[in-house]
Amino acid sequence: MSHRFLSLSRIIKTGLVNLFRNISLSAAAIAVMVITLTIILFSVLANATFQNTIAQINNEISISVWLNDSVTTRQVDTLMSSLRVLPNVKSVSYISKSQALAIYKAEQPNSPELQQEITETNNPLPASVEIKPVDSTKIQSIENFLNQKQIAALEDPQYGNSYGGDQKIAIDKIAHATSIIREAGIIAIIVFAAVSVLIIFNTIRMAIFNRRDEIRTMRLLGARTWYIRGPFVVESMCYGIFAAVIASVIMDAVFVGSSSALEASSLGLLNINYAHTYFSKHFWILLTLQLIIGIVIGAVSSVIATRRYLKFKTAR
Amino acid sequence: MLSDFDIIVLMILLDRVTKTYKGSQGVALERINLHIEPKEFVIVIGQSGAGKTTLLRLLTREERQTSGKIIVGGIDYDKLKDRDIPMLRRKIGVVFQDFKLLPNRTVYENVAFALEIVGMGKKEIQRTVPRVLDIVNLSGREKSMPQELSGGERQRVAIARAIARQPKILIADEPTGNLDPKHAWDVIKVLEKINRYGTTVLLTTHNQDIVNRLKRRVVTIKNGKIVSDRANAEYKS
Repeated sequence: MSHRFLSLSRIIKTGLVNLFRNISLSAAAIAVMVITLTIILFSVLANATFQNTIAQINNEISISVWLNDSVTTRQVDTLMSSLRVLPNVKSVSYISKSQALAIYKAEQPNSPELQQEITETNNPLPASVEIKPVDSTKIQSIENFLNQKQIAALEDPQYGNSYGGDQKIAIDKIAHATSIIREAGIIAIIVFAAVSVLIIFNTIRMAIFNRRDEIRTMRLLGARTWYIRGPFVVESMCYGIFAAVIASVIMDAVFVGSSSALEASSLGLLNINYAHTYFSKHFWILLTLQLIIGIVIGAVSSVIATRRYLKFKTAR
Repeated sequence: MLSDFDIIVLMILLDRVTKTYKGSQGVALERINLHIEPKEFVIVIGQSGAGKTTLLRLLTREERQTSGKIIVGGIDYDKLKDRDIPMLRRKIGVVFQDFKLLPNRTVYENVAFALEIVGMGKKEIQRTVPRVLDIVNLSGREKSMPQELSGGERQRVAIARAIARQPKILIADEPTGNLDPKHAWDVIKVLEKINRYGTTVLLTTHNQDIVNRLKRRVVTIKNGKIVSDRANAEYKS
């Protein structure tokens, strides 16, 4: 067995033995890491759920252009193809007069009088073009296009298009709010992650501070830097592994055990089922990310925390 | 002046060594000259604060001398790089007043640690540890944890750890300072035994009785200076 391999196996073995011999300290450090990793995981899931809700809301936002009855099919085709090439347009669809009637009738099943009043032959509903924007905060660019004279001429003089008045205000408010929430979610994740890193670093620093005399003694006996530091790094990496697994199990248990309670307490604002599906679908990637965070922070923290106790005095 | 002959022959050589600390502590050691030959047993005495511990800390390179020359076992401390300090310390066995045992390791593992860090294989460690524990009369206590031992036993574990690598030099800083007279004498007897095997021993102590019974070379330090250096000396207060 080569010397290097012998040292490595001893470092790993010592790290694992220390983990169990200092079980109370290890348990405390792991508990702190579990809490912080759970908070990160929770913020990621909450963010994903919010984003999903927002995407659904935004998907509902569209602009309808009501056309006057004299517009020809050809004009409609030209309008739609010129709309499709606009940068902020996701999709454009055409609703004919008879489709509009069918939709209207479907929406009013309990008013037979209205149903009778409006028929194919006596149909006051205009045909329309429905535009879905990519970014609901930048609808104004589409509106500017529609306001051009030759296009405005195609619009039904009574209705025009739906991006105006109260509706315009409502759409703009929703679009503004959702963009703020989207950014806030990402900022929240970053803040939680940063706080977690600091907490984990300090926990490991405290654990190593407790054993600083041990490090100094090993130094006095002539141990090399990595022979002393190695077991601490192994131990801290193990904290990370345990913490990541425990945090994922806790999160899964929460979803399985109390998703109905969560659903009720979130007042329908959050789609808990979506969060659970998202978690299940991304389980392995989320676990891997937590493992990486736990292991890397554990290793880096222990390297930094041991450094000061390993230094040789250089002052004369 | 130093001759090449001195450097090769002497085990420990201090030439006009001065150590000053910044701040109120001031001068800890002033122009110390000390020559110790291989296999010698030297006792350093002096009151607390006289500079005994500073002297030993310079030898283990826990501190650096402010000026002067230190050569131990042919190694010139001025030429010693940080990364070579572990190699130096492996050649010197050190016993501390407060034992400095590793708290989470058994007696066996504490002694084995000193051998692991020099890369000794498992089988050789399994042969060596019982042998050194036998020298310090601790056979059978291999599996005990340090906190289960008495002060005297702990100090003997520390000695076992220090001698396991068969160092040329053993430095013992007040090893009996925390022990009752009976246990203190047990520890001293172990040090004598090791010295008979050929190890140079440098011992600091307060204990008059030990000095008088050992009848060895005694170096007295006072206010950071060597005030006497006599063979077969007795303690005078």
